[in-house]
Amino acid sequence: MEIASEEMNVSVRHRGVSWLGRYGVALLAILAAGGVGVMVGKAGLDPGTVLAILLSRLPFVDMAPWWPASFQTILWEVRLPRIAMGALVGAGLSVAGATYQGLFRNPLADPYLVGVAAGAGLGAALAMALPIPPALYSLGIVQWVAFASALLTVAAVYSLARVGRSTPVTTLLLAGVAVGSLAGAATSFIMYSQGDHIPVIYAWMLGGFNTTGWQQVALAAPPVLASTVILSLLGGITNVLQLDEDQARSLGVNVELVKGAMVVFATLATAASVAASGLIGFVGLVVPHVVRLLWGPDYRSVIPLSALIGAAFLMAADTVARTLPGPQEVPVGIVTAFCGAPFFLFLLRQQKRSVF
Amino acid sequence: MEAELLLDGVDLDFGGRQVLRGVSFQLRRGCLLGLIGPNGSGKTTILRVSAGLLKPTRGKVVLGGRPIERMSRREIAQRLALLPQNPGLPPSFTAWDVAMMGRTPFMGFLSREGATDRSIVHWAMEMARCRELADRRMEELSGGERQRVVMARVLAQQPSVLLLDEPTTHMDLQHQIAMVELVAELARGGMAALAVFHDLNLAASYCTQLAVLSKGQLVAMGAPEEVLSSRLLSEVFNVELCLAPHPMGGTPAILPPGPRGRLRTTKAVEAARGSTARRGEVS
Repeated sequence: MEIASEEMNVSVRHRGVSWLGRYGVALLAILAAGGVGVMVGKAGLDPGTVLAILLSRLPFVDMAPWWPASFQTILWEVRLPRIAMGALVGAGLSVAGATYQGLFRNPLADPYLVGVAAGAGLGAALAMALPIPPALYSLGIVQWVAFASALLTVAAVYSLARVGRSTPVTTLLLAGVAVGSLAGAATSFIMYSQGDHIPVIYAWMLGGFNTTGWQQVALAAPPVLASTVILSLLGGITNVLQLDEDQARSLGVNVELVKGAMVVFATLATAASVAASGLIGFVGLVVPHVVRLLWGPDYRSVIPLSALIGAAFLMAADTVARTLPGPQEVPVGIVTAFCGAPFFLFLLRQQKRSVF
Repeated sequence: MEAELLLDGVDLDFGGRQVLRGVSFQLRRGCLLGLIGPNGSGKTTILRVSAGLLKPTRGKVVLGGRPIERMSRREIAQRLALLPQNPGLPPSFTAWDVAMMGRTPFMGFLSREGATDRSIVHWAMEMARCRELADRRMEELSGGERQRVVMARVLAQQPSVLLLDEPTTHMDLQHQIAMVELVAELARGGMAALAVFHDLNLAASYCTQLAVLSKGQLVAMGAPEEVLSSRLLSEVFNVELCLAPHPMGGTPAILPPGPRGRLRTTKAVEAARGSTARRGEVS
C-alpha cells in the first residue's frame, strides 16, 4: 500500500473553502446580526454606549455611568435577552431541520415534521385556556407545558411508527402527519370552545420574541445547546445514513440507535425553541439548504454551520420585525419567510445543481 | 485452517415461506466462491444472512470464529464488507466521500479521517479503478462508475470476508473483466470472497468454487468443472443450455441454445412461471 505522498493533497481540494473560512464567515454573520440588533430600535444606542454598558457589568471594571439608566434597562433587560433568544431559536430550528433532512433523506423535511409543532401548540393552548393560577404564568408555565406536550407528542409518534424492532422513516413520517393533525384538531377545538382566548393563543402560535426575558432564555438554552453539540458530533454518521439503511448497517452503524438519538435531540431543540417563541416557520427548512449551497453536503459541517447561520438569520429577522414601521410589531415568522424565500430561490437558481 | 465465514444449516422463513433451506458452506481465505442460480432462488438472501443483516430462523452464521449474532455491527463491519446490488447513493457526495465511508467502522465517534484512512482510500480507489473519479459527484457518474466507487468503499473496509452481489452490474465488458479479475486477485491475496453472479461464464472462469442455488437450497458445490454440467444447469435454470470446451482451455463455456434449441417443455416453463409468481422476488 505504498502511496505517493503528493496524492494526499487531492482529497482536501474538493472540500472547497477551508474550515477556518467557513466558520469565520458564520461567526462574522452572528457578530454583525447581534451587533446591529443591540443598537437599533425605538431608542437608538451607539456602539460606544453599548460597549461601555456591557463593560461596566464586568466585576473588575469600575466605570461611572454617563448614560441614562433607561439605556441600561433597555439593553440588559429587553434587547439582550431577546437577541440571545433569537440566536438560540434560530440555531435550534436550523439544527433540527438539518437533522431531519438527513434522517429522512428528504430536502423538504423541516423541524415540525414529526409532530413537535402540533404538540407544542396543543400544550400552549391548554395552558392558556385552562384555569391556572396566574402566579404560575410568571413562572413560565406555558413554556413548560408546551415543551412537555411537544416531547410527549413526538414520543407517541415514534412509538406508533415502530414496526417490530425498527422504525422505518416512512412510517415515522406518516405517523407524524396523523398525530400532528389530531393534535391540531384538538388545538382548534380548544380555541373554538374558549372564544375569549383565541387572540392570545393565536398570537403565541404566530411566534415572536416580544415578551422574551432572561428567564425564558435560561429555560431554552440548555436543551438547544446540548442538542446542537450532540447532533453536530453525529454529523459523520448522518453522512453514512445518506446511503440506504442496509448500507449504513453494513458499514458498522447501529442505525436504530442513531435514528433514535437524532429524533430525540432534534425534538429537544425544536420543542425548546417552539415553547419559547411559538411557531416560527421557514428557518429550519431554508438555513440548512443555504449552508449546503454555500459549503457542500458534509453533515459534519452542515449541522454546526446551520446552527451559526440560523442564529444570525433569526437575530437579523427579529431586528427587522421589531423595527418595521407600523401600528404593532410584525410577527417574526412573516419576516423570515419574506427574507428567506427570495434568498433561497436566488441561491437555487445561481447554482443549478442538486445540492441535496 | 479455520473458515472465515461459516453457515451451518441455515433456514430462513419469511412471510410463511421458506426462503432458505439448510444452507451450509464454509468460506476460507483464498477462496472465491461464486453463487449462481435463477431469480428468486435466494442468492441475495444468503449474502444478507452472511452479513448479519437478516437473522436466520434456524442454523448459525459464524464470522472469524465468532457467532455473528453476538457481534456488534461495528465488529462485523471491521471484518466483512458487502457490495449491494443497487446501492442508494447520495447524489451530492463525491466519489471520494463515498469511498471514505468505508472507513466508518474504524473511525471514532467524531468520524474524523486520519492520514492512514486517506491512504487506504487512495489504495482502494486505485484498486477499484476509480481514482480519477474522486472529485466527481455521484449524480454525475454512470451506473458502472458508481459500482466501482462502491467497490472502492468496500475495499476501504479492508475486510477479510468480501460479499459481492452481482459486482459487474451496469459495467461494460472491459470493466466486468477488470472487476472479476480484481476480486480473484484479492482472493488469491488472502481474502475470502463470496460473489453472486448472473453471468455463468464469468463465474466459471474466475471462481475457485461454484455453488448452485435452487429454490433456497444448495444443490451443488465444488470446483467449476465439477459443478457445471449441462444437465444440472438446464434443470436449475429451466432452459436447455450447451456446454462447449473453452478455446483457451479450463472450464467449459456455457452457451444459450440458439434458435435450433428450444425451451425444455412448455409445461415446465409454465410451472416455473407459476411458482416464481407465488414466491415473489427474493434475490
